[in-house]
Amino acid sequence: MTDFLIINVVIPLVQIGVLLGILGLATGYIVLAERKVLAFIQSRLGPMRVGPHGLLQPIADSLKLILKEDLIPGSADKLLYIASPIVVVAAAFTTLALIPFGEGITLFGYHIPGVIADVNVGILLILGISGLTTYGIILGGWSSNSKYPLLGAMRAAAQMVSYEIALTFAVLAGLMMAGTLSMVGIVEAQLDMGVWFIFVQPVAWGIFTIAMVAETNRAPFDMAEAESELVGGFFTEYSGMRWALFFLGEYTAMLVMAAINVTLFWGGWLRPFPNVEALAFLDAVPSGIWFLLKVTTFLYLYIWIRGTFPRYRYDQLMALNWKSLIPLSILNLLVTGVVMLLLA
Amino acid sequence: MLETKEFELNMGPQHPSTHGVLRLVLHLDGETVLDVDTVMGYLHRGTEKLCETRNYYQNVPFTDRTDYLAAPYNNLGYVETVEKLGGYQVSERALYARMAIVELSRIASHLFWLATHALDIGAQTMLFWCTREREVILDFFEAALGDRLTTSAFKPGGLRRDLPEGWVEAVLEFCGTFPARVEEYETLLNANRIWMERTVGIGVISGEDAIALGLSGPMLRGSGVDHDLRKALPYGGYDTVDFDVPVYPDCDSYSRYLVRMEEMRQSTRIVQQALAKMPEGKITGKAPKMIKIAEGVEAYHVVESPRGELGYYMIGGGKDIPYKCKIRAPSFCNLQAVGPMSKGLLIADVVTVIGTIDIVLGDVDR
Repeated sequence: MTDFLIINVVIPLVQIGVLLGILGLATGYIVLAERKVLAFIQSRLGPMRVGPHGLLQPIADSLKLILKEDLIPGSADKLLYIASPIVVVAAAFTTLALIPFGEGITLFGYHIPGVIADVNVGILLILGISGLTTYGIILGGWSSNSKYPLLGAMRAAAQMVSYEIALTFAVLAGLMMAGTLSMVGIVEAQLDMGVWFIFVQPVAWGIFTIAMVAETNRAPFDMAEAESELVGGFFTEYSGMRWALFFLGEYTAMLVMAAINVTLFWGGWLRPFPNVEALAFLDAVPSGIWFLLKVTTFLYLYIWIRGTFPRYRYDQLMALNWKSLIPLSILNLLVTGVVMLLLA
Repeated sequence: MLETKEFELNMGPQHPSTHGVLRLVLHLDGETVLDVDTVMGYLHRGTEKLCETRNYYQNVPFTDRTDYLAAPYNNLGYVETVEKLGGYQVSERALYARMAIVELSRIASHLFWLATHALDIGAQTMLFWCTREREVILDFFEAALGDRLTTSAFKPGGLRRDLPEGWVEAVLEFCGTFPARVEEYETLLNANRIWMERTVGIGVISGEDAIALGLSGPMLRGSGVDHDLRKALPYGGYDTVDFDVPVYPDCDSYSRYLVRMEEMRQSTRIVQQALAKMPEGKITGKAPKMIKIAEGVEAYHVVESPRGELGYYMIGGGKDIPYKCKIRAPSFCNLQAVGPMSKGLLIADVVTVIGTIDIVLGDVDR
């Protein structure tokens, strides 16, 4: 009975606590890292005032945001206005429960898995829940009862729905290789095959990476918030902590998308060349560190892209998706199927 | 059928991409622009009227505040007009010092244009790269003229004071490294697929339309019309230096971008030549301490500012203040093109169009 309680209640609660605790801090530091990396790309220093090299900046920022006056525009639909940032954040946080961060560790005789919930339809569930983010954004834009947010929300809805198709097709190609929907299972399949899926599915990876940037509304696909056109887009009217919730949602979504990318194509927590015995000394590095290293690389990629490219126009973005990415992803799926059939 | 109606969006006067206090009323069908109403005047300070109440020397600082991104060029336009009115001679040293300073201001202005234009299109990094170089030029202004933005660089007859020691060498050193920087910008943008998609074929205005609307400067040269006042009506010694006028025929934002990038290189060449030709001697000029222009004596003088044809029309008032000082501001005329250029485009393109025209609201409203 105690064992049952510990395995099914205590361990998950501890995991959730640790994850949320780390995440709150991590998001702040991703923002700081973004500002720092962008600063170095742009030949300046970035935040330097709060703490050494601005290391305490996230704390100062969150304090400021929490202490700000809670403003709700008079003409806004209050209920939806309050609910929408919560929807965005809740959706982003829930998906985190399904991401395997490592092999897990054994403590006090209990095995603590590297994932909070290893669901057998894991990746579908993640895509489904993260799809809910769109509702938060549309409702946020709509309930503000203002023109710029409305345009931003409209763009966001169209963009996210379209890119989800390409994204899912790219994921499907990986799933066909793995033969399972479970996030843990996908990593184990890569261990069994002895090869990361990036080497067998490079096209799917490319499509996924582009769609991932678009799905999280990041530059150069940041139509929805396009600062120079829509002055912030769907969250123009938001301020203080509500605005910060959208922000938190966006950065968590970035993290989740990067984690899916790593899990699906870059071997999750596996070390490079998992089946090559000569490299066994790499096992000295804990699996969780490998995972975080890979995720960090993708987070850096997001920032790098933002520092380099101009913004797409709304219609060009849609054209890129419907005319290039989706046909390509379907073709890739077809080729994958045929090759697998021939090899089987 | 659902009822559809025109959507009216107020862009500005407080909007990050209107480059100041410009207000555009967009009539939209979805995101497609049907029509644009331009509302300006938010920055009107009555510069022209103010010029009628101060003497010829005191008016120079007013001209700084029209096109504040290229203040030396405005100073030059005004000062040369006064010289034309009074028939004053400029010393050779002052002539070339002025040429170097105004061409530096053209580079600074184009740099800031590129910075903001790219930022509007979403290329954030350009803002910082361009301001990095612009900062160096502003330091030159500070050293030679005492101020960075509102320079009040010249006075009728010459400069206020001589160039500081080591200034010429420092500027020449900058001119040596600057073309490599322009190349750096171009590697980031020229063949960039997104940049091309956002600027090629956007904001098209044909050469005839451009002339009919009275556009000038890069707006004209980006539409295939080879017209540069430095060549067409040489002033301030421009006929003694060697430079090319870039002209691109595609009439869109991309060709205007190419024009301005090339102009930065040509301006560097001009600065180098001007500083090489600058002789020793007196720089402060020979105009009298109190300029008096007889009543009814009038002059119109145009210079090619970074934004286009900048004209000053002045009439002497008999005493030491002008009777009339009318400014033909390039931004004001170029702004007319916003409507014709953005019809049928999307909201995002309106931002590109405003950027490509390179307006300065101080210049538009005066």
